[in-house]
Amino acid sequence: MRRELLGAAARDTSATEAEARAEQGALRVRELTASQLLRVSDLEGANPPAALEGSDLERNVRDRVLTTTLDKAVAWARSNSFFPLSFGLACCAMEQFQTAGPRMDIARFGYEAFRASPRQADLIILAGRVSIKMAPIIRRLYDQMLEPKWAISMGACCSSMGVFNNYALVPADKFMPIDVHVPGCPPRPEALMHGVLKLRKLVQADPDLGWRERYGALGTEEKPLDA
Amino acid sequence: MPDAPGLELLAKELGEAALETVYFRGRATLIVDPQRIRWVLGELRARGYRFLSSVHGVDHYPDEPRLGVIYELLDMSRVDRVTVKARVPLGEPVIDSVTHDGSDGPGWPTANHQEREVYDMFGVTFRGHPELRRILMPEDYEGHPQRRDFPVGGEPVHFTYNDPARRAASR
Repeated sequence: MRRELLGAAARDTSATEAEARAEQGALRVRELTASQLLRVSDLEGANPPAALEGSDLERNVRDRVLTTTLDKAVAWARSNSFFPLSFGLACCAMEQFQTAGPRMDIARFGYEAFRASPRQADLIILAGRVSIKMAPIIRRLYDQMLEPKWAISMGACCSSMGVFNNYALVPADKFMPIDVHVPGCPPRPEALMHGVLKLRKLVQADPDLGWRERYGALGTEEKPLDA
Repeated sequence: MPDAPGLELLAKELGEAALETVYFRGRATLIVDPQRIRWVLGELRARGYRFLSSVHGVDHYPDEPRLGVIYELLDMSRVDRVTVKARVPLGEPVIDSVTHDGSDGPGWPTANHQEREVYDMFGVTFRGHPELRRILMPEDYEGHPQRRDFPVGGEPVHFTYNDPARRAASR
């Protein structure tokens, strides 16, 4: 019994040694990469870039340079820094606040700059029910936002009117283009977060999102004043 | 609450302005002549019911007179409540406003917005109200949505499956 235990202990030690060796190997790899980087950083210092030629130069360029289109770069930047409008309509707004709170922390993704003015915002989150008296006001806010602009309809009420499908309400799609609908009554902060990240994905794929085609609004593009 | 005999005494003091009394589950209700609502509320105020805690409307469809206006009065020193109801016909849904002061005594300023709400939702016109216009619905709204014969309304919801244009776009 005792011998067996000792044997097991011995096996354990050998396993740890192997792990340590593997770790050393990983360290070695890291060292190599670092020295490579050092060599490359030399380019800006003592050794002129001309020192690299042929396949070396190609590899250097492949490792260090990332090419993309300007559109994509701009869409990437925009989609990672939405400026939402500080705007809440009903109970969904409570969940919207929570999205900005520490548990969900919308700032992780760069969307924490809630703007008080529609002219500084590019994302409007309709969090709650939209009454027919409120609709013209929301439309006005939306019109005051500068393009490119996006809209999220949060919760059942402003997408399909939910339990308030009556004389007093109007679904948001009837008076403004909506890019993402977040279902729920109300949606949890996670759900809204998911919706915003969906929007990010959409914007990265196609900044325009084609809403003018979907809503028959071709020809309403904002034009420069001198055009 | 006044108890049942107390309610009868109150009705007796109001004379023929009180049409009926209802005492149900500990709640005292006076049904009064809509023509004399200002006088009735004034009398009740003199008897201690000095706080008008609510004014609201009701639609008794299909009975006539169809529309009702309900005043909840509260005596805060005795913690005593009484409900006053007046019924007006649909053909001429007019009742005196109790908002403003008049020659027949002071008004109840709190009734201002509540009478506007009753007007907005049920279409009861309050004669003499300082600013009788809609309060909840848009100013250009047609109809009075809390009437029982008003359509519930609502919009057909555009899901992907019942909107051909979206269906095509989503493919």
